[in-house]
Amino acid sequence: MSEVAQDRPADLAGSRWPRALRRGPMESVATVLIAAGVLMLLQPFALVLYTYSFVTTLAGVVMFTIVSKFPD
Amino acid sequence: MTDQTGLSGLVDRAALVTPPVVARRVRGLSERAIAWLFITPTMLLLLAINIFPLIWTIRLSFTNYRANRPNATVLDVGLANYQSILTDPDVWAAMTVTARFVFWSILIQTLLGFALAWLIDKKFRGHGLWTTLILLPMMLSPAVVGNFWTFLYQPQIGLFNYIISALTGAPASSFQMLAQVPLAPWAIVIVDSWMWTPYVMLICLAGLRSIPDYIYEAAEVDRASPWRQFWSITLPMALPFIMLAVLFRGIENFKMFDMVNLLTGGGPGSTTEVASITLKREAFEKWRTGYSSAFAIILFVTVFGLANIYVKALNRVKSR
Repeated sequence: MSEVAQDRPADLAGSRWPRALRRGPMESVATVLIAAGVLMLLQPFALVLYTYSFVTTLAGVVMFTIVSKFPD
Repeated sequence: MTDQTGLSGLVDRAALVTPPVVARRVRGLSERAIAWLFITPTMLLLLAINIFPLIWTIRLSFTNYRANRPNATVLDVGLANYQSILTDPDVWAAMTVTARFVFWSILIQTLLGFALAWLIDKKFRGHGLWTTLILLPMMLSPAVVGNFWTFLYQPQIGLFNYIISALTGAPASSFQMLAQVPLAPWAIVIVDSWMWTPYVMLICLAGLRSIPDYIYEAAEVDRASPWRQFWSITLPMALPFIMLAVLFRGIENFKMFDMVNLLTGGGPGSTTEVASITLKREAFEKWRTGYSSAFAIILFVTVFGLANIYVKALNRVKSR
């Protein structure tokens, strides 16, 4: 095994899990979706944003629940 | 020692009174089975009082069920309740009232809480007593606080009005904090801030106490001014804790019900009608159970999403 591979976290070393689908970045995307949904729900500017807020938050919550099981 | 003897005596007595049939059965079980035996009652209780009502609420949110007409035909209305809530300007208005309440109460609590934590962290003479006094409002029940502040806000006999009168010169009975449209939202923000600023202070204090002294010593050696030390060391290192407090108070204030209900009940008009008050009115005054179930699910998903972010932030703070 190369030195670079040895430096990586144990559960990623030798894993074929795509780097882009690691837990950290995916959780961050889900967090942004949830935050956007909450802001859309509470903003006083546009009814259309309020209308789509629940779908956005729900998508973020479902995504967060799924990606929190992904490897680090 | 006495406790241990007492405990072993209790265990011996329990072993003696256990019927032999039961004892034989338990002895034959694996450790895993015994663990399940202990966990099962709690799991069943949790399912009965938490999971089942949640699933039932989700089911009701797709129907036109009304709890005051249990014998009426229940129709499946699909996503109509959700559509109705998410396109209703009145519900949207309740959400904006909630947003204003959450924004101002968090802003005040964070500023005051951090300032108090910073002062308490200086360890001046009698700081222990002051910490205890500051923490007192947090230990009271919201129902008690609501009633207590209703009296304080009384225009004729309320202490709050007299203090404002003494400070501004305006007659004490010339304004009503809970009955005037421009003042009622602020009345609730003041009470919530009075009660929960100590909590924010505690979290900020934990953040300030976690900063090692050697960082300040190094800054002193580098001749950094106290102002520079605050902006470059204190604030950045306490920021994760402040964010944690903001997130926690945000979740709590988003679902605030008891205090608003006791102080104003959503009035005057709908000036202080936060989302939870609207939900209560729909569920128990208009008896639109299906509709209010859908509303409850929307609020639940929002709080659940915020709680996910909170747990993530908490883990980040723990790993520091």
